This record gives sequence, structure tokens and C-alpha cells, in this order.
Amino acid sequence: MSLMRQSFGRLRGPDPDRVRPLNPNPDDHVCRGIQGTVRPDLGPPPKARVRCLDFFYGNRQVLFDNNLEVPSNRVTAIIGPSGCGKSTHLRAYNRIFELYPGRRARGEIMLDGVDVLAPGVDVIDLRRRVGMIFQQPTTFPMSVFDNVAFGLRLHASLRADALRFEVEQALGSVGLWDEVRDRLNAPAASLSGGQQQRLCVARALAIRPELLLMDEPTSAIDPIGTSRIEDLILGLKRRVTVVIVTHNLQQAARVSDFMAFFYEGRVVEFGPTSQVFHRPSEHLTEDYLSGRFG
Amino acid sequence: MRNATAHAGSGPVPWLVRGGWFSVATGGAAILIPLVMVALVIGLALASWPAMKAFGPGFLASSHWNPATDRFGAAASLYGTLASSAIAMFLTVPLAFFIAVFLTEFAPSWLRAPVRYAIETLASIPSIIYGMWGLFVLAPMLADPVQPWLRDHFGFIPLFSGPPIGIGMMTAGIILALMILPYMTSILRDVLYLVPPDLRESAYGMGSTSWEVTWRIHRRYAASGIFGAFVLGLGRAIGETMAVTFVIGNNQGIHADLFSPATTIAATLANEFTEASEDLYLSSLFELGLILLLVDMLVVLAGQWWLRSIEKRRVGA
Repeated sequence: MSLMRQSFGRLRGPDPDRVRPLNPNPDDHVCRGIQGTVRPDLGPPPKARVRCLDFFYGNRQVLFDNNLEVPSNRVTAIIGPSGCGKSTHLRAYNRIFELYPGRRARGEIMLDGVDVLAPGVDVIDLRRRVGMIFQQPTTFPMSVFDNVAFGLRLHASLRADALRFEVEQALGSVGLWDEVRDRLNAPAASLSGGQQQRLCVARALAIRPELLLMDEPTSAIDPIGTSRIEDLILGLKRRVTVVIVTHNLQQAARVSDFMAFFYEGRVVEFGPTSQVFHRPSEHLTEDYLSGRFG
Repeated sequence: MRNATAHAGSGPVPWLVRGGWFSVATGGAAILIPLVMVALVIGLALASWPAMKAFGPGFLASSHWNPATDRFGAAASLYGTLASSAIAMFLTVPLAFFIAVFLTEFAPSWLRAPVRYAIETLASIPSIIYGMWGLFVLAPMLADPVQPWLRDHFGFIPLFSGPPIGIGMMTAGIILALMILPYMTSILRDVLYLVPPDLRESAYGMGSTSWEVTWRIHRRYAASGIFGAFVLGLGRAIGETMAVTFVIGNNQGIHADLFSPATTIAATLANEFTEASEDLYLSSLFELGLILLLVDMLVVLAGQWWLRSIEKRRVGA
């Protein structure tokens, strides 16, 4: 309890005694399931289920007992102040953190009932199923066409006309086909920032991922490009489950169906977006949403 | 304040005093570079004028090099310079690339720092040490068993014939490779580290293997830097003198095989300047020097031209 009080004591907002501890004993690693978070009234079955996720940079623990259920074909937003572990949490789903020595995840992330953190999981196949979009558009140093064809060439051996068809479909699904149809061979870097980001979405969608992770996908994009990407996210739900990290609360409200509020590596609150926004059950969430800190 | 009083009655402060001196000083310092360049070329050209007059353009084509008869030609040395550098590049390019990729993609964090220090230490060893090691350790090893084995098994390829004496083109090429390897590896490693983390994560995030990320993304993204590393390595190999002089055998001849003794421009210069008593002999050596300078400049210019053409194709990336 004293540890909790210490960490909450840094806030300007809530009285520590009124904050219901999520995990009264943080040193206790016994799995607590989704207790402590509000289990949302889930219509669709969960696509991913995170249980007891801890994360370490070397010896420093940055995620503590994260529990979440990501509903299928919905947009789940992760919000919270800088450094609260949003991006780290997201980077566990496709095990991309393993690129860096010394980073370690403990716990369970079930994707369609299979724990992706378990040893023996084929990470190549996992990353084919779980796409990722970054803050800065990460167009590859090649043409527009080759960018979208990149994953298809890795994972599917298609004839030239089939490849072309798939690329056209993918570009169409992000509303980019009409803008780039005449410059498919131009370097991807010659597109505008917003176009590049949509190109990255098209590249991810081309290999038909089941889960799409987006790490602040509009933070480097101009307002018009941002609104196009938000529209795109709303339309994506039909084909893919989306988890989006954002520091923009309005964006979270506009695009997400469910929302998780993270603070200091913990999931403070999780539920349907409207409920979290209008009737948060935690004072911490309320304080964050009302701009009292963050 | 002092200036204001001093010049109070005598009109505006002169441009040179107000700050013009600074532009003059920087401009004067900067102009030194092209001046030195021009002075070098002119000096070499003047000194080699007698040889140019005596042999004409045939100097480049003739492999005849005989101080006793005052007949000189650059072909053997030029060939040796290009061939030994080519061997070195052939061995180094893939190796340096593999080591750099290992260090950036695969090596556990505890291994990276020691390997980096080892590479940097190797790069700073004086070339004479490589030469001595080549002469006393590598050459005997090549003479027996490496070259006899190569001749017995691959002797049908003309490259692996000739006298297996351990001193010659092959040894020079290997020594050169060892010398430029750490240098190229350390530049390549720095170049690969410049690939933005998001781009790397994104490439892996598509379900690529390390090979696919390296070959399809890093290689393209860092193309200019990678090529720059190769050109710098080649430039060093072309001009390297001491180590090569030790192990190449200093023979003014062109041989199709790799075992025979040969020479390079730098090795010829290092060996023969002290003996060059005749004017024409000395002048021929100067002309060799001029050729070496021009070849090295050509390599760098060609490299830069090639770089610009890739940059244009990639547009602002």
C-alpha cells in the first residue's frame, strides 16, 4: 500500500486514499486475471486477450500486470500520459521488442487462443498476422508499388498480374489508388506525409493481417491528412481488429469503440469509450480526461 | 566604444576592420585546399615531363622497366595496383558487410563493445606491422601448404598456377584485405546504425527475416553510405605502400596467375626512389606518382558521381 501511495502521491490531482488500488500488492506476481479492470460488455469475442503482462527494460519494470481484452473487429484505443507504457504495451503484441537486447515480457498475450509470448511461436508468421503502423511514416526506400508489394512478395508467391491486382486493391482500400495510379513507380518518399502514412497502412493491409497495431499514427501528419487517416481507421473495422495508441483524447473519442487508460505502466481503466469518457470509474481517469495532469 | 571614438572624426569604419578580416581569413584558409591540389599535380607533372617526352602515351602501355637500358613503362605497376586492390575488395566487401550486419543485428549487447574496440584497434595498427606479419607469418603459410594445395586442386584455373613461393600478388591482396577490413567494417557499422529504428521495426514488423531486412531495406536505405565505405576502402588499398612492398615481390612483370611476384605503383616508388640516379629514371618514377594520384582521384570522383545518380533516383529519401 505504501508503494502505491508513493507513486500516486506524485499526482497533483486525486487524494491517494480515494484511489482504489488496482493491485494492492505489486510485488505479488500471482496472476489476477482481469480483476481490477472493468470488463467491458463485449459484443464480439475478444481477438486478443492480455493477461498479467509485465515488461522489463533490463532490470527496470515498466509494465505491471496489464490485463486487457481486445474485442474483435473493433478499434481499441490506449491513452495515457507520456511514458506510461502505451507503446511498450503495443510492442509486445508482435514481439517487435525482441529486436532490442535486454527487453523482456512476462505474462500472456492470447491471439485467437494461442499465447504469442510462448517460446516456439513463429514470429515471422505472428508478424504477418499482426501489422504495425508507426508515428513517422515508415515507407521503404523503393517505389510506391514495391512498398505495397513488399509483404506480398515475402509471404505469397503471386503471378505478376495477381500481384498487381492485390496492390491495386490495397491502395484502393486506403483511398490512395486514384492519387498514385500514375506514379506507382515513383519513390514512396515523394508522396506527402499523409499519403505516406496511408501507403504504410496499405502495405500492412495487403497481407491481410488480423490485428493492426497503430502507434500514434497521426502525430507527424498535418490536420487534413490526420482526418483522412481517422476516417480510414473507422472503415478498417470491417476487416481487421485495431489497437491504436494515441495521446490525442479527441482522436480516441472519434475513432475508438473501447478505451484503455494507462498510468505508470498499469491499466487503470478499460471499457467502452463512451463509458470511460463520460462515466469513468476511476478518479485517476477522470483527472486525466479533465486535463488535471498529463 | 574605443573604435567609435577612434573613428569618430574619420568617416565610416573600414570594411576590413569591421569584420571583413574574418571572411578574408576563412576564405584564405579554404583556398589552401585547391592550391595544394593544383600544386601537387603541377609539381608531379613538371618532374615527370622528361619521361613523358621520352615515352609518350606508350608509357602507360609498356611493361618494360629497365633502369640499365633507360627504358621505362608503367603497365606492370599499374596492373599490380589495380589487381591487388581488386583482390582485396573481392575478399573484403562481403566480409565487412557480414561483420557489420552481425554487429548491428545479431550480436548480443555484451559482445558489441569488445568487438568494436577490437576493430578500431586493428584499424589503427601501422601498416609496417601488417607488412612484417605478412612477410614472416602469412607468406610462409601460403608457400606451404596453401598455395600448393590450391595448385593441386584448382590448378586448371590459370589464377592458381605459378611458383608457390608465398611472395606475390595473392599475398599482397590478402594483406591489403586485412588492412582495409577493419576500416570498412567500422564505417559500414556506423552506416547501418543510421537506419532509423522505426524503419527497422517496420521491416521486421512485416514478417521479414534478418536477411530480408538487411538486403531489401538496409542495403537500399544505406546505399550511399555503404558505397562510400567501399570507395574509401578502395582508395586506401590503391595507395597502400609499406605492407605491399614487403610481400609483393617487386617484380616488374604482368602475370596471369596470383602466385607470381609482382609490383604496384606505390611499391615501385618506395623501392626505387633511393636508387634512381639517372634523370630519366627519376622522372619516370614521378610520372608513376602522377598516375597513382590520378587513379585515386578518378576512383573517388567516379564514386561520388555514382552516389549522386542513386540519390537522384531515390529523391529526398
